[in-house]
Amino acid sequence: MKQNLYNYILGIADNSLILGQRLGELTGHGPSLETDIACTNISLDLFGQVRSYFQYAAKIAGDNRTEDDIAMLRKEREYVNVLLVEQPNRDFAYTMARQFLFDVYHLLFLQKLEKSKDLTLSAIATKSIKEVSYHERFSGDWIKRLGDGTEESKTKMQDAIDGLWTYTDELFHQTEADKAMVAEGIGVDVTKLKETYYKKVNEILEEATLEIPESKWFQKGGKDGIHTEHLGYLLAELQYMQRAYPNMEW
Amino acid sequence: MSEEQIKNLEAQFEARIARDEKIEPKDWMPEKYRKTHIRQMSQHAHSEIVGMLPEGNWITRAPSLRRKVALLAKVQDEAGHGLYLYSACETLGVSRDELYEQLHSGKAKYSSIFNYPTVTWADMGAVGWLVDGAAIINQVPLCNTSYGPYARAMVRVCKEESFHQRQGFEIMMKLANGTPEQKELAQDALNRWWWPSLMMLGPTDAESIHTEQSMKWKLKRKSNDDLRQQFIDQTVPQAELIGLTIPDPDLKWNEERQSYDFGEINWDEFWQVVKGHGPMNKERMKARVGAWEEGEWVRDAAMAHAEKKQARKQKQAI
Repeated sequence: MKQNLYNYILGIADNSLILGQRLGELTGHGPSLETDIACTNISLDLFGQVRSYFQYAAKIAGDNRTEDDIAMLRKEREYVNVLLVEQPNRDFAYTMARQFLFDVYHLLFLQKLEKSKDLTLSAIATKSIKEVSYHERFSGDWIKRLGDGTEESKTKMQDAIDGLWTYTDELFHQTEADKAMVAEGIGVDVTKLKETYYKKVNEILEEATLEIPESKWFQKGGKDGIHTEHLGYLLAELQYMQRAYPNMEW
Repeated sequence: MSEEQIKNLEAQFEARIARDEKIEPKDWMPEKYRKTHIRQMSQHAHSEIVGMLPEGNWITRAPSLRRKVALLAKVQDEAGHGLYLYSACETLGVSRDELYEQLHSGKAKYSSIFNYPTVTWADMGAVGWLVDGAAIINQVPLCNTSYGPYARAMVRVCKEESFHQRQGFEIMMKLANGTPEQKELAQDALNRWWWPSLMMLGPTDAESIHTEQSMKWKLKRKSNDDLRQQFIDQTVPQAELIGLTIPDPDLKWNEERQSYDFGEINWDEFWQVVKGHGPMNKERMKARVGAWEEGEWVRDAAMAHAEKKQARKQKQAI
């Protein structure tokens, strides 16, 4: 089995899986019907991507594991999503800030992944770019609305950006699988996305009349499977049925 | 307008309906017609929105990615139904905010069935199969109802509902054909959802207050009891097909009527839930009111932002 490629795919897919799951918690509880529909839609897009990635990973694993086994039957330390996406839905400002800080990265990443030598990954990227362009526009618009809305919304959005900023740097850390895949022309060199990312993010924050956080202290660990305490609870729900009723078809 | 003129308009109005013409938002209509439609359409919209909660309850715990995606899409469809039914209400001059207010204050009703809890995954199958199944029976005739915006909304709603119903049945089928544990989940869900689904088609004709007028306006084509019979006759063979047992010892095929006879419905339970004392009434309202109140600052910010943008645009124009 191509272990590096398998790990690499998990690194991409886990971000969409965990963020999709977080958004799924909100369905039916949004501030308006329109935002409810939009957030559910983003969740749907992300899970659609997850399925494509994990079906491919299952094929590479070649040991009868299914997409669901990969998504739902790993242990806490085996999930390699970035810490950013597992952060909870504290309020709508946090949800949108998390989304935005991820979307900007996600789109830049996919635009490079589209050029991958791996045709499956390239095809998934092409399809996802359309979806993620919409996600980025949606979350970016909300950054502006809430940043440049009322005093209350500005305070909340600033809090959210300040609180989540510490998780942004991890997006650009390279794992061993990353390095191996970049060398083979399959993977994306995330270190090269960093500059454009902060430029884009800062532009929107400025337009939203928000302060760009100055903190240079960043958290990391997600890519090595060392997560915040939030992830365990998310996994408990995600895995509940597969754990309670093992080896069944649904 | 004189009394005679009004009578004249009313006569013309009823004649149009009798000719199967559609009534459109700007047409003259009796006040009672307007009110009845706002009541029924908003009740329907509220049911879609509250109905998102019991199913949303299982999104994070769906057993497979395929099921999770399907459930997300289904709940999203319900939000969409709510959205265009509220819009249809708006054509009669009532705002979505006013309708929410009626829901939150308890003045407006929604389908009582959503006051039951979804306790296992199998409930996602049972709700789709039975609840959406009963809803379709109620709703298909509304595709030809007299009020244009409602009729057109219902065409789309019914298409999606029938997809949901098949999806729910497929979940049940998979469980019923699965392991003994899975079959037990399916049977248990059927046991809990069967009677509330029958109640969902409304009180018996003798006790239904709105039926006659609604029939005339094509807001209703069949009586509650007829719809219930249709639902039972349609659903019993489906349960048999997947080897599940309808929890009614009195259920029996009646050769003469070419229909199923069935047992007594516990109407006390129905009225208890309608009056707000079902297992989940308080929870459902708490969730709806909570989402609305917690979202207020977001909606205010969106308005404020739009106003600022508009002001900047105007300034530029000068």
